[in-house]
Amino acid sequence: MTLLSDRTALSGRRDPASPRPGPRLRARRWAGLLFVLPALVPYTVFVLRPLVVSAQYSLYDWNGIGAARFVGVDNYRRVLTSSEQLTPILHAFELILFFTVIPVCLGLVTAALLHGLPNGPLATTARVVLFIPQVIPLVAAALAWSWVYSSDGVLNQFLRTIGLGSWSRAWLGDFTWAFTAVGLVGSWVSLGLCTLLLITGINKIDPTLYDAARIDGAGPVQEFMAVTLPGLRREIGVCVTVTVIAALASFDIVYVTTQGGPGTQTLVPGLQIFQLAFTQREVGLASATAIVLMVLVLLVVTPLQRISRGAE
Amino acid sequence: MSRFNSHEGRQTSGPSRRWVLSAAAGMALTAACSAPGNSSVGAGAKSAAGKAVSTTAPKGSVTLNLYVETGFPLPVKLAEEFQKQYPNVKVKIRQDQFAVITQNAPRVMASSDAPDLIRIPTIVASAKDGLLADLDGYARAYGWDKYSTGLIDQMRVSDKGVRGSGPLYALGIGYNITGIFYNKTLAAKIGMTNPPSTVAELESLLAKAKKAGIQPIVQFNDIGGVNFPFQALLNQYEDPSKIANWVFDRPGADLDTPATVKAADKIASWGAKGYFTSDANALTYTDMMSRFEKGGGLFMFNGDWESQNLAKSMGKNVGFFLAPPASAGGRLVAMSAPATYAIPAKSKNIATVAFFLNWVHTNSKARKIIVDVTGSSPGGPTDLALPAVADGSVVAQTLQATNDLAQKGVAVDFTANATAGIYANTIKPELQKLITGRETGAGFAKKLQADYEKELSQ
Repeated sequence: MTLLSDRTALSGRRDPASPRPGPRLRARRWAGLLFVLPALVPYTVFVLRPLVVSAQYSLYDWNGIGAARFVGVDNYRRVLTSSEQLTPILHAFELILFFTVIPVCLGLVTAALLHGLPNGPLATTARVVLFIPQVIPLVAAALAWSWVYSSDGVLNQFLRTIGLGSWSRAWLGDFTWAFTAVGLVGSWVSLGLCTLLLITGINKIDPTLYDAARIDGAGPVQEFMAVTLPGLRREIGVCVTVTVIAALASFDIVYVTTQGGPGTQTLVPGLQIFQLAFTQREVGLASATAIVLMVLVLLVVTPLQRISRGAE
Repeated sequence: MSRFNSHEGRQTSGPSRRWVLSAAAGMALTAACSAPGNSSVGAGAKSAAGKAVSTTAPKGSVTLNLYVETGFPLPVKLAEEFQKQYPNVKVKIRQDQFAVITQNAPRVMASSDAPDLIRIPTIVASAKDGLLADLDGYARAYGWDKYSTGLIDQMRVSDKGVRGSGPLYALGIGYNITGIFYNKTLAAKIGMTNPPSTVAELESLLAKAKKAGIQPIVQFNDIGGVNFPFQALLNQYEDPSKIANWVFDRPGADLDTPATVKAADKIASWGAKGYFTSDANALTYTDMMSRFEKGGGLFMFNGDWESQNLAKSMGKNVGFFLAPPASAGGRLVAMSAPATYAIPAKSKNIATVAFFLNWVHTNSKARKIIVDVTGSSPGGPTDLALPAVADGSVVAQTLQATNDLAQKGVAVDFTANATAGIYANTIKPELQKLITGRETGAGFAKKLQADYEKELSQ
């Protein structure tokens, strides 16, 4: 970092009359570039290039193989005006409740509780159990959950055992419940990540603050509100950012569990883009939807970043 | 993590970083200079049409690359037998999930190492893009054009992208029909001795089963499998040629008709009466099969590709009949389609693959393999005898049904095959709504036609 920050004085804002950087500085600049290259090349090939190409495709009517026809912003007009294209976007925002709100709230509580536990096998086990969903591939997790939710699945067996057999149903095929069922899989996945990040954050909080709070006679709740919560501002910011992106760009869980059904109850933009591009072969419309989704994610995430950093 | 706490990072935006970023963006942009796509992709596609083609057995060592579906052993078994009879031919097989093949087919066929034969369910778009070899020359030379026209014509595509006429772009390996499998033990319980001869009789059987506490129909609908019973009804109510025109994308084809409304309303009423399972909208194809095999329902609407599997798991306890006509003595109409395999235009062994396809249709051992592995009809010349199967088995019944249909009925392709998006975007969600009372028959018909026209206009 020093290599680069040394040079801020020589940045583009420098006095035009000042001499050009000497040969040593220039060599250092190239040396710096050399270090960046291994990361930059894949980033360009696999992130920037697809991004630019998608933006280009989004202006064409193209099936992915044959001749493309330039249509300008027509695809965007279709994305933004047809209700069929907007419903999935709405679903993505509703998913934030399950992917972000629930896991962050539960994660805070869990982290605070775990923090109170003495370090030992119990705390370790609890952490491992909570973090496991992060390690399992999403597809495998979603498959397992679709068994849990199936008509003979564990959830329904449990309901029948406790005498609530009338509540049992094929959750993922139920118009009323499918969305909640899918969303809760997301909560399950995100909870581990949030808890782990938040525990790490709590451990970084100066213990004397807790001592001071206790001396002032604060109970566990007051301690949580006055010390833990403000101390975790940045970790919460990270949790919210990561999980909001996961919610808005969700694909795997929905693809495996419901494919957007029943009806279009659980259709999300990620799945829709996939279907448009690979089933319907409307590469242009799919790219336009993807670009719109990207802009939405940025619009949501950028202010979040500001808020979480605001305190500093 | 630097993305999230990069206030140190801000200091680094000196000229070199900007340079690097703009260079990267520039590299990325160069990719976007020209319009995507390739209008000359189909240049070689029509080469086989006019010329005389070779129909002799392959000479010298040839390697054929097949791209087929996972979990479907038929092409593998056929390839084994073919290699036995023609040891100079080596067949390499690549397998993928059906959905994966469908989604990747255009790109795989357009690539420089295109396979020689590919399992592909919908051929229109690929034919229009010039990705498929025109097989007319071989059709004339081998006499494929004299096979049952109802089935062969499904694989013709005109240059306007309308199926039913134009050059031949694919052949079937196994010719499927669909109908209704029934559990004989459960049928006996409700006094069903013969298959129903009208839709009304079928309905009364459904009602009897429901009353007797037997699940009337097990049908997957997680991805829209209720389209089997829906089209089974539609075929009886609507003029089959109108359905065929619609599936083939003929201009002006319209299925927003009273017959569609009637069929959809019937499906809705079956849903309301509990003839489908309560978890139908979450039931997968695999679960449907295992449930039916275990006696979990009286009827299952499905195709003869499962005949051998059902014969193995249920023995003589399973029977098959074609969907009955609306009124007694009416003409049989059934959903029927080949399992289509096409030769990519870029294949370097078109003549050898064509020879293989002809062998599949005419060689007695190959035909027997098709019947033994799937239970579907092997197609081929109409005067060629069908391989022998055990009397009274469900395979014998489906083969008999195929024969009946060829002689006195009408075969109609799957409505789900009409356009690339119609099944996933319209039929699936609409049927899920229909059987749970969230859509009416009229609403279904209207949406079906509207989405169809929208997709074709694009």
